[in-house]
Amino acid sequence: MAIDIRQFHQTFFDESHEGLVSMESALLQIEQGLSTALPNQATTSDPEVLNTIFRVVHSIKGGAGTFGFGWVTDFSHLLETLLDDVRAGHRQVDRPIAGLLLRAVDCLQILLASARSGSSVDPAVIEEVTAELEALHLTPVPAMGIDLAATGAVAGKAGTWRIRFIPKANLFFSGNDPLRVLRELSTLGKLHVETDMGRLPPWAELDPEICYLGWTLELSGNVTRDAITEVFSWIADDCELEIQSIQDQSVAPKAASATAGDSDADQAKARGTSIRVSTHKMDTLVDIVGELVITQTILNQTVAQFGPDSGQRLNAGLAQLERNLRQLQENVMRIRMLPIGFVFNRLPRLVRDISQQLGKQVELKISGEGTELDKTVIERISDPLLHMVRNSLDHGIETPQERRAAGKPEIACIRIDASQRGGHVIVEIEDDGRGLDQDKILKRAVERGLVAANTKLSAEQIAELVFLPGFTTADSVSDLSGRGVGLDVVRNNIYSLGGNIDVRTQAGHGTHFTIRLPLTLAILDGLGVQVGSQTYILPLTSITESMALAPEQIRRLPGGEEIFQFRQEYAPLIRLRRVFGGTPGADDINTGIVVVVEANGRRAGLLVDDLLGQQQIVIKSLESHYRRVDGISAATILGDGTVALILDVGGLVGAVSAPLLNLNSTQSAAVNRPASQSSSPVRALH
Amino acid sequence: MATIMTVDDTATMRQMVSFTLHSVGHEVLQASDGKEGLALAKSKKFDLVIADVNMPNMDGITLVRSLRALPEYKFIPILLLTTESQDSKRQEGKDAGATGWIVKPFNPEQLINVVRKVLG
Repeated sequence: MAIDIRQFHQTFFDESHEGLVSMESALLQIEQGLSTALPNQATTSDPEVLNTIFRVVHSIKGGAGTFGFGWVTDFSHLLETLLDDVRAGHRQVDRPIAGLLLRAVDCLQILLASARSGSSVDPAVIEEVTAELEALHLTPVPAMGIDLAATGAVAGKAGTWRIRFIPKANLFFSGNDPLRVLRELSTLGKLHVETDMGRLPPWAELDPEICYLGWTLELSGNVTRDAITEVFSWIADDCELEIQSIQDQSVAPKAASATAGDSDADQAKARGTSIRVSTHKMDTLVDIVGELVITQTILNQTVAQFGPDSGQRLNAGLAQLERNLRQLQENVMRIRMLPIGFVFNRLPRLVRDISQQLGKQVELKISGEGTELDKTVIERISDPLLHMVRNSLDHGIETPQERRAAGKPEIACIRIDASQRGGHVIVEIEDDGRGLDQDKILKRAVERGLVAANTKLSAEQIAELVFLPGFTTADSVSDLSGRGVGLDVVRNNIYSLGGNIDVRTQAGHGTHFTIRLPLTLAILDGLGVQVGSQTYILPLTSITESMALAPEQIRRLPGGEEIFQFRQEYAPLIRLRRVFGGTPGADDINTGIVVVVEANGRRAGLLVDDLLGQQQIVIKSLESHYRRVDGISAATILGDGTVALILDVGGLVGAVSAPLLNLNSTQSAAVNRPASQSSSPVRALH
Repeated sequence: MATIMTVDDTATMRQMVSFTLHSVGHEVLQASDGKEGLALAKSKKFDLVIADVNMPNMDGITLVRSLRALPEYKFIPILLLTTESQDSKRQEGKDAGATGWIVKPFNPEQLINVVRKVLG
């Protein structure tokens, strides 16, 4: 029977990674405690924190040993020895040791990554930490000194043995059974059993839970003393045991015991409190649920066309189906949800390392780490979030000297919070640093030709400039940020997830970023709109309002573009029928409806024939089923089975309009101008 | 065949024990620490318990002691997973009433052999 233990590698790697993450945060917690304590005061770390760290290393060592990742085993063994000393109170975790342990965490991550992917490791990094760990022990203990395959192996002389075996009376209370021992011995060779019943009391006094019997055994065959001792190893202290050699025997080959059993590759059923599910499996489930939702919609429509009497019962059943489906959907979606703590827990280490590097003192306050988000969103928000915190440390937070001079506490504060509001998750990143330097930003923006030299912008508009491509106020490109990956990339990442980001800042008091993210990427609240014979879906979050326009409210620019006034600004009008083809002429402004949408900070009006109502839709990728189409983000299947395309509002709006910001910069002039004259917005629009 | 409980705070170990013993026909339930294991043991009768020593909330030794205090688990085999270097833990485990131990690291075949030895 062969069980391929490689199938457990993935779990081991995942679990080890999680363990190391919690170890890291525990170490940071200890370090935090050290910094608040007096320099020469011995700090007593919380034993549970130490135990957590110890267990992580212990588990990694155990797993690595099982799977034969030698380097990981040796390294974690070294680490475990140190931690054992600490746990036993022989050693205190001071700053250098906490630092060393943090570096050891990094080493283990590197070694595990290498064991996982076969990537090469720079041995110098590991050896340096190894040497430091070894230096802490005068005599490094060899890791896993005993080869397990050799345990109970053939050693000593083979022969025939006489064994006197008298168990203690309480043998049964440890769950042991002399029969088990006899059976085991009989597998080693030919066993002759004599039972000694001398200690057996009269029947009336017999206590069935007490072991009264003893045995004299004769075992012949190719058996070594060690093999016999091994059989008794669990109960060596619970019995009188004499093993005597009777005579030597020549060594005869013994057949290896065959192990029966079906090697059925049935996955063991995990029945614990948590389960690790592959994303692929989850995606399939999500797909199936999507299909169910579609089926339900189809049924609904069928019933709607039934006679009034026959429909009632069906309706009740359908209501039930809808409820069930919703539950199923919610639960299945929940499996894909992960707490945002997965991202947040990388921050303490980041803040520690960078603030040390920059000589800044920062307290990181994290809250709402239990807020759950779709796994994909979590994965894609991770880098932007880290980048923003890095930015804040580099640009936002002042040095302690600067802070003192400004009358602020020397220790700066970065606050990260996540919370769920409706179908969205709000992530806030706030610092009490110097805030965005408006003059500097404006100056830089003008230098880079991002805004006209004499433009007058409000504070909010200036703050928005930091999101423009290629923008940086850093005077020199530092190691940390300003390497070309700017906030524009951060914003694009967030937009591509269907979220958005805002910034508020006050000079001298700090900067506050607010990120809004959808809970999931698989289901969308949309508004159906009719354009000719086609139905399109507009994501509800992108819609500002819908309105009817009179032809005279539309102005035509020299380039042929049409614009209309909306809330003190001008927005371009997009006739969807012209964008996607179809018979022209029918897109009559008199009968159609303009849906004002906003994306990436830009607005536009979409002219459609009719609004069809709001519905929840299941997103189907167009790219994987057909190909990419400009202006379309995805597709869905409607109740009548037809395909509807989901509009890519960002793409549509981006294709015709400049950022709202530029539009706004000329808004006061444009709004006050007579309606017929509209040359200035042209510049604004392009 | 038999109903076995594996108690371990690492999912890797639980999965390995569970999968291995399941593959030879045993029913295996999992618990992630001693506390959970004890609760599970009270809700269902197991023929064998395999527990790690080092666990949060309740360690393996305490679990053994607690199980032995239950009438249904007075004679049920309980095996502890120990490492080579944990001699003292082994003795502690025995004193608490453990039947025996399995030394980590072990491979699936070794585990199957030990379980067969215990269950017969």
